[in-house]
Amino acid sequence: MGMTMTQKILAAHAGLDEVRAGQLIEADLDLVLGNDITSPVAINEMKKMNDQSVFNKDKIALVMDHFIPNKDIKSAENCKCCREFAIRHELTHYYDVGEMGIEHALVPEKGLAVAGDAIIGADSHTCTYGALGAFSTGVGSTDMAAGMVTGKAWFKVPSALKFELVGKPAKWVGGKDVILHIIGMIGVDGALYKSMEFTGEGIRYLSMDDRFTICNMAIEAGGKNGIFPVDDLAEAYMKEHANRDYTVYEADPDAEYDAVYRIDLSELKPTVAFPHLPENTKEIGTFGDVKIDQVVIGSCTNGRISDMRTAAELLKGRKVAGGVRCIVIPATQSVYLQSLREGLLETFIEAGAVVSTPTCGPCLGGYMGILAAGERCVSTTNRNFVGRMGHVDSEVYLASPAVAAASAVTGKISGPGELDVCEERRQ
Amino acid sequence: MKANGSVFKYGDNVDTDVIIPARYLNATEGAELAKHCMEDIDREFIKNVKPGDIIVAKKNFGCGSSREHAPLAIKCAGVSCVIAETFARIFYRNAINIGLPIIECREASERIEAGDQVEIDFDSGVITNVTKQETYQGQAFPAFMQKIITAGGLVNYINAK
Repeated sequence: MGMTMTQKILAAHAGLDEVRAGQLIEADLDLVLGNDITSPVAINEMKKMNDQSVFNKDKIALVMDHFIPNKDIKSAENCKCCREFAIRHELTHYYDVGEMGIEHALVPEKGLAVAGDAIIGADSHTCTYGALGAFSTGVGSTDMAAGMVTGKAWFKVPSALKFELVGKPAKWVGGKDVILHIIGMIGVDGALYKSMEFTGEGIRYLSMDDRFTICNMAIEAGGKNGIFPVDDLAEAYMKEHANRDYTVYEADPDAEYDAVYRIDLSELKPTVAFPHLPENTKEIGTFGDVKIDQVVIGSCTNGRISDMRTAAELLKGRKVAGGVRCIVIPATQSVYLQSLREGLLETFIEAGAVVSTPTCGPCLGGYMGILAAGERCVSTTNRNFVGRMGHVDSEVYLASPAVAAASAVTGKISGPGELDVCEERRQ
Repeated sequence: MKANGSVFKYGDNVDTDVIIPARYLNATEGAELAKHCMEDIDREFIKNVKPGDIIVAKKNFGCGSSREHAPLAIKCAGVSCVIAETFARIFYRNAINIGLPIIECREASERIEAGDQVEIDFDSGVITNVTKQETYQGQAFPAFMQKIITAGGLVNYINAK
């Protein structure tokens, strides 16, 4: 009986010829990741261990991204704790203000994740790197501590769901719409404990940024990881960004899947997840007016350069609607600089948006865009739980950068197509 | 090992943002986090919870973030066990790793109501509803995870190896 792509990577990292779903294994890790929220807890846990040395100073990455530049004294203390730890253990990959980015945009960009890797991160969106053909999954701080010391983690080998993507998506339909559609279809626990393996000829129409977005939100369906096969596009990305060898694994033709879903990308429409769960999805055009107070374009889900380009294309020559605050957050310094060079930041500012240094800030209700009671936000982030972005009586609507930018202009949740219609009417 | 307490009951998809809102994540101390446990779903919880009490919920408990602050806040609020039909996988790992007992049981999740007095025997997986005079069979942990729990969490397990 064959293995899935995920199972093959796990078998190789456990030193086994084959593994089966449900089997408990201990796997060698290629990268252990943490941020300014989860690493201090891990560092404290590590102090309780007999052996307090790190397994490999090149295979640990600490990225300060959630509450930095520090929003308050406690956040500053947390970053200081990480900074001192990185210095003490001579970590190669420590990213602070000036070099940092939102971790799941930064890690691939810095070439720290490549195909065939096994990666854990003390952040639930660590599943992002499956876009490159790696096994990567979110864990807690104690797992991170154990990983930093032993270079290993225990896993229950997951079974898998297969998503066969066919067809070419329409303009303005991207990775965010694909994954929201899937979560709407299978629910927020539809992939609980399982791998989500994406295949099919349709993936050639998905950019790397689209694939990062799709894998990023595997956790929003309860998935252990999301993963794409390694094609020419993924190899070109790794050759550009990574300075080390990668290993390409392919699912066996007779691999077993708990379920197979076929999704025709050409039929997808811009999709929005209504409060308060990512599974509450509706297609643009199927609901009435929903007025908004704020738009956030950024995050580990949608803060990459193609997301900035999409938003700028729609905001170019237009204005953010009166009464709407539009906050744009490029995910890394490199995305920020590229956006600057391409004139995208100018477009945002001329449109009446604000542009922030990279931070997770508003996505998790940390800072930089907290909502008051009764306020509504269209956000390109990944969660719309109760109180996620501020007051328990505020509302978050998850959408693509295209929908978010269009909504910023109209002041209500809108698809990009509605911009032209509005403007024709006005002329 | 046994737990015994009064039940706080919640529904499907209790997420980590309501267990411990991110606005408090600049704290790392369990006792500090516990003060805000369940705040956005149940403001009365922290006022009323007593040491040993039990949380019972439905599907996908602990979905969302990987924050270990979530099981830590629950544990430090004095909760002796969380029973749910299913748990989100990172929450499940975290609970085992920090030594918060959790148990999956569909029947218990359906039958137990808020305020019921409940006893759990972790060795057998048997959940007894003292109020309703019913018993439910919960899923016992695989041997590997039992070793981690018996050691008192992952750190102690690694230290003992």
